[in-house]
Amino acid sequence: MVDATLSQVEVARPAGKRSSLRRTIERKSTIAFFMALPLIVLITLLVVYPALYSMHLATLNKSMERFVGFGNFLFLFKRETFWKVVQQSCIFAITAVVFKAIIGFVVAHFVHNIPAKGQRKWRGMLLVPWVIPPAMSCLAWLWLFDPSYSAFNWVLGHLGIGPIPWTGDAHWARFSVILVNIWIGAPFFMIMYLAALKSVPDQLYEAAAIDGANWWQRTCYITLPMMRNIIAITALFSLIVTFANFDIVQILTAGGPIDMTHVFATWSFRLGIQGNDIPLGAAVSLFMVPILAVAAIFILRDITRRGSEV
Amino acid sequence: MADTAIAAPAQRVRRRKYGSMSRDRTWALRWSYFFLTLFVIFFLLPPVYMLITSLKTSAEISTAANPWWVFNPTLENYRELVTSPQYLGYFRNSVLVSVIVVAVTMLISVPAAFALSRMKFWGSATLATGVFLTYLVPDTLLFIPLFKMFATFADWTGIQLINRWYVLLIVYPTLTVPFCTWIMIGYFASIPKELDEAALIDGAGWLQTLTKVFIPVALPGLIAATIFAFTVSWAQFLYPLAFTTSTEQLVLPVGIITSLIKGDVFNWGQIMTGALLGAAPPLIIYAFLMDYYIAGLTAGATKG
Repeated sequence: MVDATLSQVEVARPAGKRSSLRRTIERKSTIAFFMALPLIVLITLLVVYPALYSMHLATLNKSMERFVGFGNFLFLFKRETFWKVVQQSCIFAITAVVFKAIIGFVVAHFVHNIPAKGQRKWRGMLLVPWVIPPAMSCLAWLWLFDPSYSAFNWVLGHLGIGPIPWTGDAHWARFSVILVNIWIGAPFFMIMYLAALKSVPDQLYEAAAIDGANWWQRTCYITLPMMRNIIAITALFSLIVTFANFDIVQILTAGGPIDMTHVFATWSFRLGIQGNDIPLGAAVSLFMVPILAVAAIFILRDITRRGSEV
Repeated sequence: MADTAIAAPAQRVRRRKYGSMSRDRTWALRWSYFFLTLFVIFFLLPPVYMLITSLKTSAEISTAANPWWVFNPTLENYRELVTSPQYLGYFRNSVLVSVIVVAVTMLISVPAAFALSRMKFWGSATLATGVFLTYLVPDTLLFIPLFKMFATFADWTGIQLINRWYVLLIVYPTLTVPFCTWIMIGYFASIPKELDEAALIDGAGWLQTLTKVFIPVALPGLIAATIFAFTVSWAQFLYPLAFTTSTEQLVLPVGIITSLIKGDVFNWGQIMTGALLGAAPPLIIYAFLMDYYIAGLTAGATKG
C-alpha cells in the first residue's frame, strides 16, 4: 500500500520539474545536516575525542610531560594488584550477568504465568530496584551490611548463624558486590524477557500442548529458541554495563579489603583522580575497551541483521 | 525438527495428564504467586529498610533491639534534612542539572533523530550507527580524559569548569543524547511515510513537519526519552564524584555520601532519609508513568 501511493506521487512529478526537485533535495540534505550538527559536535567533542585522548594520555608519564610509550602498561603488568583487578572484574561481570539472566528469566516466567490483570502490579513492584538510583540503593545495602548493626546478621543470629563479615572479609565482600549488582540488574532482564515472552505466539504452545509436550520441552523447544535473540542482546548489554560498573563497588567497599573487590573502573578512579596519576588511571580504564568492543560488535551485528530483515 | 523431538514422548505423557490439567494449572499458579512473593520481598527489602531506618532516632538505631521494627517512630530525620540548607542545596543542584540536561538533550536529539530517520544526507546511515555505538561507551572510560580536558581548558581560557556544578551540564548529555536519539530514530521510523508526504503536499516545511506531525505522533516515545534522560542525570554518580568537590557544588547522590558521613561517624537515620528522598523523584515518575518507563527500557535493545 505504502509503495503504491509513493510510486504514484513519484510518477505524478514529471521530468520538467527535475531541476527544482534536485534543488529541494540539496536543500533538504543541508537542513538535515544542520539539524544533526549539535549531535555530531557533541559526539565528536565529548565522546570520540576523549576516547582517543585517553589513549594518548596513557602513554605519558605521571606529570604528563614525557612520552613513555607502553611504560604505564608494562608497569601495570608487573603489579600484583593489576592482575587481581583483572580477575575480579571478570568474576564480577560474568557471575553477575549469568545470575541476572537466570533470575530475570525465572521471574519473567512467573509473572507471565499469572492472570494478565494482576501482572502490571507485580511487574511494577519487581522493577523498583532498577528505578532507584544505584548510589541510593547501595547506601541501603551498605547499611544492611553494616559490621556491627547489620540487619541481616540480626536475623541470622536468631537462626544461630554467626555474624557474617559482609564487606569486611575479602571473599564475602566479593559476594556482596555481586549480590547487589544482581539485585539492581535482574529487574531489567525480567522486563526484557517478559516482553519477549509476550511476543511468542500462543499457537506454538497450543500446538505443543496438543502434542503432549511437558513444561520442560516447551521451554527448551519453543521459548528459548524464540527468545534467543533477546536473551543474547540483553546479556551483551548488561555485560557492558556490569563490566564498566563503578557505583556499586565504590560505595560498598571502595575496592577494599586489600584491593580484593576493585574493578577496572574503581581502580582507575583511585589511581587517576584520587591518586593524581592521570596517565596510569587512563591506562587502567583502557583495559575495558577490548571486552566492550567485542560485546558492541556482537550487538551491532544483531541490530543490523534485524534491520535488514525488516 | 523440534516437532519430531516433542512428538515422541507425547504419546506416553498424554494419558496420564488428561484429567489433571486444571489441577496442574491451579498448582502452577499457586507456586508462581509463592515465588513471586519471595522475589518481591528480596527486591523490595532495601527500600523498605531505608524507610524503617529513616523513621528511627539515632538512639534507637544503636540499640540491640529488632532492627526490622520501629518502636518510636519519629519524623525528626525528615524535618532536619528538609530544613538543612546543605541538603536543600544538593537537591536544588540536582533539580537544576537534571531539568536543564533534559531540555538540552531533547533539543539536540529530537531534530537529529528526525534528520537521521527521514532526511537522508551524506553519511547519515553511518552517523546513526555511530550514535548507537557512543551509547555503548561507558562513563568509566571517559571521566579521566574529560577531567584532563577541563583542566587544560581552564589553563587556556581561564574559565574554571572543574568543581562547578554546571560542568555536569556539559558531560551529562554524553550519556543521555545518544540513547534518546537512538530511540527517537526508532519511533520516527515507525511513523508511516504517508503522513509526512501529506504534510509536504500541504506545503509544510521540514520544521513544520517535525513540530506539527512527528512530535505529536511520536509523543509516547518522546515521553519515554524524557524520562530516561531525567533518571540518568538524576542517578549519575561517577561524574559528579570526579568533577565536583566543594559542598555547595555537589548534587544529591554525591552530597549524601560525602557530607552525611562525617569522618567515621555514620548517622544512618539521616543517611537513609536522604537516600530515600533522593530516590523519590524517579520513583514518583515511575509510579505515574510506568508504561512509558518500560517502553523506553525495552526500546533500547529492541528498536532499530
